[in-house]
Amino acid sequence: MFKHNNDATVPQRIRILHMNLFAKVPSSSIVGHFISNAVKYIFHDKRSPRNPEQKIIKRVIALEGDIIKTIGYKKKYVKVPHGHIWVEGDHHGHSFDSNAFGPVSLGLLHARATHILWPPKRWQKLQPILPPERKPLQKEQE
Amino acid sequence: MFRNALGKTFRFLGYTVQYGCIAHCAFEYLGGVVVCSGPSMEPTIQNSDIVFSENLSRHFYCIRKGDIVIAKSPNDPKSNICKRVIGLEGDKVCTSNPSDFLKSHSYVPKGHVWLEGDNLRNSTDSRCYGPVPYGLIRGRICFKEQPWRLKH
Repeated sequence: MFKHNNDATVPQRIRILHMNLFAKVPSSSIVGHFISNAVKYIFHDKRSPRNPEQKIIKRVIALEGDIIKTIGYKKKYVKVPHGHIWVEGDHHGHSFDSNAFGPVSLGLLHARATHILWPPKRWQKLQPILPPERKPLQKEQE
Repeated sequence: MFRNALGKTFRFLGYTVQYGCIAHCAFEYLGGVVVCSGPSMEPTIQNSDIVFSENLSRHFYCIRKGDIVIAKSPNDPKSNICKRVIGLEGDKVCTSNPSDFLKSHSYVPKGHVWLEGDNLRNSTDSRCYGPVPYGLIRGRICFKEQPWRLKH
């Protein structure tokens, strides 16, 4: 995580994508090859709830109404309230995410990260993959 | 003849895009006119009052205790709320209703503010949905249109 002064323009977003993903995934491989309800679960770039100057980039794990099992949060099972989402970094244990500050209001969402552009050897489209162990226990739609 | 009309159309589109961008930047970074509805800020702001809001204090982090701010609703990102800032991060606020006998207090967490409407009996605010993240604040109300100007 690092500072932003204003809304990210494209070159800044490239830097964020590169540095954040490098911090989260120590090896250069992509996390798993499991395809799930892929459209919903993608990286989101958003304002940090603790520090409004910073933008953080995390993966969306659960939407409103879903019940999920948390890792290290004050409550073991959380139902995501209306108008909120649950986000987590891919590198569990080293990530400042919803397990630290709880569900995030949708109004704080800034953008969706779609590609890594720099460095060229890490050119890729960010896959909306949800690890199976992080699936919600009960979805609102079902 | 046709080339003339095409040229004029493109110029018109160009001006529209230019002024649209300027207007968008002004509303986003400087401020604008807002129409408030609802009884939660009476008697300070009545239903259907027109107020002027400025966004510079949000960008420079100059929101103070006692300011009236416009923020995105925590539960519904498409709607806005207009409340007064009662506490900034680290402040101790009273979380119970005025009618409760036993008062409970809590501290506003880092990066959040505590919002309350002036009409405490008829306002859903931080007493209902908790402290609001600072990033949801859109702007601060500087002054409101005087009601006598609207009467003809």
